[in-house]
Amino acid sequence: MKFSIYCSLFAVTLVLTLGVTGCKKGVKGPTPIPTRRPGLTETDNTSPIDRTARTVPSEEGTRVQPIGNPDGTIPLGSRIGPDSEQDRVPLASYTVYFDFDRSAIRSGETGKIESVSSYLKSNAGVGVLIEGHCDERGTEQYNLSLGERRALAIREYLVNLGIDGNRVFTISFGEDRPADPGHNDAAWAKNRRGEFVVLKPKQ
Amino acid sequence: MISSHRALALFAFLSLLSAAESPRLVVPKVSDPSNFIPIAIEGFTGEALSALKFDLEIAGFEIASADSALLLVSGSNRSSLVGRVADRSKNSLISKEYIDGTERAQAHAFADDIVQLYPGRKGIARTKIAFKVDTGRNSEIYIADYDGHNAKQVTQDNSSTHAPAWVPGRRVLFYTSYKDGNPDVFMHDLSGGIRHPFARYPGLNTGAAVSPDGRRVALVLSKGGSPDIYVCDIDGSNLRPLTRTKEDESSPCWSADGRTICFTSRAGGRAALYTVSASGGAMRQLRTNGASNCTEPDWSPDGKTIVFTANMGGFRLCTVPASGGDADLLTDPKTKTGVAGEDPCWAPNSRTVVFTRRVGGKRVVSLLDVPTKRVKDVQHVSGSCSQPSWAK
Repeated sequence: MKFSIYCSLFAVTLVLTLGVTGCKKGVKGPTPIPTRRPGLTETDNTSPIDRTARTVPSEEGTRVQPIGNPDGTIPLGSRIGPDSEQDRVPLASYTVYFDFDRSAIRSGETGKIESVSSYLKSNAGVGVLIEGHCDERGTEQYNLSLGERRALAIREYLVNLGIDGNRVFTISFGEDRPADPGHNDAAWAKNRRGEFVVLKPKQ
Repeated sequence: MISSHRALALFAFLSLLSAAESPRLVVPKVSDPSNFIPIAIEGFTGEALSALKFDLEIAGFEIASADSALLLVSGSNRSSLVGRVADRSKNSLISKEYIDGTERAQAHAFADDIVQLYPGRKGIARTKIAFKVDTGRNSEIYIADYDGHNAKQVTQDNSSTHAPAWVPGRRVLFYTSYKDGNPDVFMHDLSGGIRHPFARYPGLNTGAAVSPDGRRVALVLSKGGSPDIYVCDIDGSNLRPLTRTKEDESSPCWSADGRTICFTSRAGGRAALYTVSASGGAMRQLRTNGASNCTEPDWSPDGKTIVFTANMGGFRLCTVPASGGDADLLTDPKTKTGVAGEDPCWAPNSRTVVFTRRVGGKRVVSLLDVPTKRVKDVQHVSGSCSQPSWAK
């Protein structure tokens, strides 16, 4: 038989083989998603979500107040405007401290937040920025969220004392701005904090 | 009809052809992926040699003498790189000249060819990473080769910048910047040097992670009253929350098929991993038996494994099957220690992980070969380097 017929047979076999097996590709099947009731957190040990409607009183009845959520969290209103100045001095002694890995306000800390509330009620034209901070014993992105949650917890407390939520802003610095650079329990305790910064209109 | 002796001749002809076209048939099979493959190298110098050694060591090879090596790598790097690989029987597996790019680039291309002698393995020596460099009060985003070389500064804002994340298949980075006085997410096209704000809501905007198909972004926003996971389209539209918990969430990452997001939540009391459908629904805890205080997950591109940080008397890297179950604490049986580190991110090969190590008071970016547990620090950029992201 001629060489050309061998080639034709080879070509036919090749085509048939490829047709049957195809080309190798990475196989990606869908990740199975379990069917669940939507809307509820399904972890093992969270407390039941508080479905009681919350009304949040405002000190200025005509202003638009961010409505509180059923679980006690309060949405943020706006961002800080470009025309404000920061002053760390007036409220420097009211820094609020937190337990490790927690954002709950300890009962011993509430007096300081009440003092901040009094200051804000006496100084109608100012706002306050709450800085949330963490110690270094969390990972970076985790600490950014935890610091924000701490600042928001303080904000919730202030709003529940009657302060307009539109006057209260939050910012998290995670673990980036420790008050004490040490690597021990005493230093870490000083770093888990919320600091108050007064916001004044630029003169 | 073909007669039988012609059919035999045809079969022999085809067999010969296929043997010549697949050198993989003669590479020694890898019996235990946790063992290093001994490899000998000769003839290379300078940058080519150091790049080749780094690439092979992090890919699961051990540089050895010719006596004990399974593969013999030889060649030269004068004007171009000439690379040859033979097995112990002197069969030639690779014989090639690499002319493109720098000496390091040629060595990386050769290293990829060596790795790809093994079926199913993908070379990563020519991939890129992005990371954060903290110089004190400020931090900026850098990109570099996967080994830390050729580092280039991306941001110059004299501000605090965090959490770079690549858009798959594109030279585009998302990151968080405080340059406007608030943590906001920006989208930065490295090709044109143009960036624009992506998320500037009140409160925290961070943790942007792009879906594998490049069409959606998951991120962390606190505008609703607590840091929650949100998802939106790549143009920022169709934003909606995926979680609504009283406690904080962080670090969303996407499954390979883009249908599920894995993230950290403190909703259960302590940090733990959860998943939620990217189209909305209930969040569900991911079982990580044996590992606690779990954060910063990343989902392998092949969909099978989630790598994360556990805080158990110190940060350590762990993996878990993507469906949850027993965590692998990555304990090296020889040293009995785990991999100290945090904030891992998978390479495109679903085998190597880039992560952060704390060394004294600073952080360094490091690579882990998961099967062999080999760890190698990348070339260091001055400062404290962390939060690496691997371009896919």
